[in-house]
Amino acid sequence: MVTSAEAMAQAAAHAGYNAQTFATFPSQILGGPTWTQTHVSTSPILSAGDELDVLVAFNKAAYENHLSEVGAKGVIIYNSEDFQLEDDGKSFGMPIEKLAKSTGNTRAANMVVLGAVASLVNMPHDYLVQFVTRRFTRGRANDQAIIESNIKALALGREQAVSSGFSLGTIPHPQRPEGQQILVKGNDAVSLGAMAAGIDIYVGYPISPATTILVWMEHNLVGPGKFAYQVSSEIEALTALLGAGFAGRKAMTATAGPGFSLMNEGLGLAWMAEIPMVVVDVQRGGPATGLPTKTEQSDLFCCMRPAHGDVSLPVIAPGTVEECFYATVQAFNWAERYQGPVILMSEMSLAERAQNIPKPDLSKVVVENRRVYTGNNGYMRYDGPGASPMPIPGRPGSYVANGSEHDPIGDTTHLPERHVQMTERRFNKLKLLEDGSYERMNTEEPIAVMPWGGSKGPASEAYKLLMEEGTPLGWYFTMYLHPLPPALLEELRQKELVLVPELNYQGQWASTLRSQGVKAEAITQYTGLPFKVGELAERIKERVNASIKRTVRA
Amino acid sequence: MSAKNPEYDFKWCPGCGDFGVRRALEFAMSDRIINREIPMENNVVVAGIGCSGNLVHLLEGDQPYGFHGIHGRTLPIAMGVKMGRPDLNVVVVAGDGDFLSIGMEHIGPQAARNLDITAVVMDNAVYGLTKGQSSPTTELGVTTSSTPYGKLEQSINPLDLYLTLGASFIASGFSGKPRDLAKLITAGMDHPGFAIVHVQSPCTTYNDTYQILKGNPRKGIAPLLWDISEEHDSSDYASAYQAIHSGGWPVGIVYRNADRPTLNQRIQAIQSKVKQKTTQELLDAYDI
Ligand SMILES: Cc1ncc(C[n+]2csc(CCOP(=O)(O)OP(=O)(O)O)c2C)c(N)n1
Ligand code: SF4
Repeated sequence: MVTSAEAMAQAAAHAGYNAQTFATFPSQILGGPTWTQTHVSTSPILSAGDELDVLVAFNKAAYENHLSEVGAKGVIIYNSEDFQLEDDGKSFGMPIEKLAKSTGNTRAANMVVLGAVASLVNMPHDYLVQFVTRRFTRGRANDQAIIESNIKALALGREQAVSSGFSLGTIPHPQRPEGQQILVKGNDAVSLGAMAAGIDIYVGYPISPATTILVWMEHNLVGPGKFAYQVSSEIEALTALLGAGFAGRKAMTATAGPGFSLMNEGLGLAWMAEIPMVVVDVQRGGPATGLPTKTEQSDLFCCMRPAHGDVSLPVIAPGTVEECFYATVQAFNWAERYQGPVILMSEMSLAERAQNIPKPDLSKVVVENRRVYTGNNGYMRYDGPGASPMPIPGRPGSYVANGSEHDPIGDTTHLPERHVQMTERRFNKLKLLEDGSYERMNTEEPIAVMPWGGSKGPASEAYKLLMEEGTPLGWYFTMYLHPLPPALLEELRQKELVLVPELNYQGQWASTLRSQGVKAEAITQYTGLPFKVGELAERIKERVNASIKRTVRA
Repeated sequence: MSAKNPEYDFKWCPGCGDFGVRRALEFAMSDRIINREIPMENNVVVAGIGCSGNLVHLLEGDQPYGFHGIHGRTLPIAMGVKMGRPDLNVVVVAGDGDFLSIGMEHIGPQAARNLDITAVVMDNAVYGLTKGQSSPTTELGVTTSSTPYGKLEQSINPLDLYLTLGASFIASGFSGKPRDLAKLITAGMDHPGFAIVHVQSPCTTYNDTYQILKGNPRKGIAPLLWDISEEHDSSDYASAYQAIHSGGWPVGIVYRNADRPTLNQRIQAIQSKVKQKTTQELLDAYDI
């Protein structure tokens, strides 16, 4: 079901605006507070926005919960069929369902709301009419009737807003971004990225907020040689990937914290036996069952070192919906290249956010495939100091993929020199992955901010604010958390201070950077919600000023 | 391991039942590659952790592919191999601890899926590799290193369990007769669906059951093993149930239902109906 907020995003994106939604869901299936936020702008959007210009409250509870988020000049539209408000000078009621019904189409309630909200910002009515016409032109007999009733609903909403007398000014004309755009959620972008990378096998177990990837794959990963399947646990999912990767297939699973914890032993085996695979952790609040429907960035420690023993898995953490697509492609490429598991860290706020992004050009996507052994039998699969061609069952080159320490052909061994050789071989392979790119701005500044993952959005908007105010501050971002691009690490080590906004208590990324010789300090939040731009900018500024004062005194 | 590998230092104890299981698997795989004119590399042996799992390193002659993973996870690993490459012959080898204790959670789902693989379970009613602790098939009251005052749980009947969980092929064998056992393993490999060949494979060090399995007339010990008769109707669930509950250990094919489609067949049936979209088409669906 599409909510009014999603319809708003679709209509705005269709007209050429930038749009982004952000949703939180209750854990219960029916009832409970569900809300979706839509941010529309003529310039690119990176966060959900701090305060609300318009609050549409379908019931009293929603009104009470979100009243405090409405900005000073904000307007509240409430469903007058559900509750009444005293005139507070900033709200007006609308009988949403009744108006929808009067168009002859009870499902047009979204359009009533859309008409009203668009009118408050004087968005040209034509845009909405075009959107509705396109959306409901589906080649069915009743298309015309549905289009007409929806247009009527838009007009009714608009009339309500006009007669309320409220106005939020006029939103500028959109500057349509260049090139074709798509409106997509983070999890769908991950799924599309996996398809572009040539995924063969997806095995998963339902868990919020990763389930939509499983469902997407079960719909779309079909055809000869393709297989998407729900198994009985995350242990089964991960170990099935081991078999599939061993058999020469590109395989992926997606999970969240609890499932990821169950995958630990298998991930160690993938590292040890050198089996390519991609594991997506769509983070939610933890630990244990934690906050299943909220966002957090608290799985970093466990993603970096999930298994026992000397293991260090590659980690890629996209910061935007667009990056979700490219990060997934790269996760597959890395897995194929170094022959081992790659962790893709997403998070609830990216997964469930719909956003307009430039449409990926599939002809430009670079897809890598593992080096395959093509010789005769008697192959030393684990010979040499780094990645070696991988034999594929069915063809000559049989070996034992072994989770015990092994000799070159894969037989178990306990010789000290073998353990040294094989441990170094496994770590050497990480050097193949030092090609990650990164963003940098104002690199001459001794203090820099460096968010990771989904905090990139609010942090980059905060950074923009701070730049306008003239705060001296550099900017770094990479989605390649491990291994870090070596040149980036070198630059970071030169900084007096690297501030890391991140959604966890321990400052996990700052701590990881410190362990690599970077003077990093975390700016943490652990509410289950993303950073607010204004607040984050304030906190960064405080730390920058404190640091400058410290330096002056010294 | 194609030749003697001096670096590989694991050895089964003299008389260990697993020697016989290895011979039987070698016979069955060799017969298969000759009869079907396929290379040995078409076989994949997924091994559990235990003395038994070491079988994958001890095979002689032409080598199949092997996967020696982690304790208890042979079945889902085998599923990944089979679903990735349905043309391969996938065989699981695991001990009773690996298969029936830590790995128990995977038997039911594979039976329900009717995954087309063959699991050879080496039952010695003890944990060999970790030096003699009790396992799910150890009898109630038996003293082991982890049950100094006797085992507290009753033992499970694995054949009964497999039947209940819906495995479509169940055979019961004995490591002391590798040729006969090879026939059961071959039948399991030929069976379209989830086949379990459960083998009595004694541990001479921690639980030497040869005498009670084979019997000893001089000491008046009746054998536990008995051959399933030619008349046994293995396609009949009730007959299978009866064979399992007749006392002792039946040897032969207990149950076989070749009519159930395998997971692969079910998937193929669905896929022939679903229209496959290209990545470009999937992407186009998000156009604004
Ligand atoms: C997760 C995990 N727990 C425990 C062990 C230790 N362990 C190794 S083998 C084994 C039991 C083996 O018994 P069984 O499967 O019956 O094989 P056998 O040695 O008797 O052939 C155990 C508990 C392990 N390797 N991994
Ligand atoms: S301990 Fe038992 S199971 Fe292990 S090798 Fe020795 S006899 Fe065989």
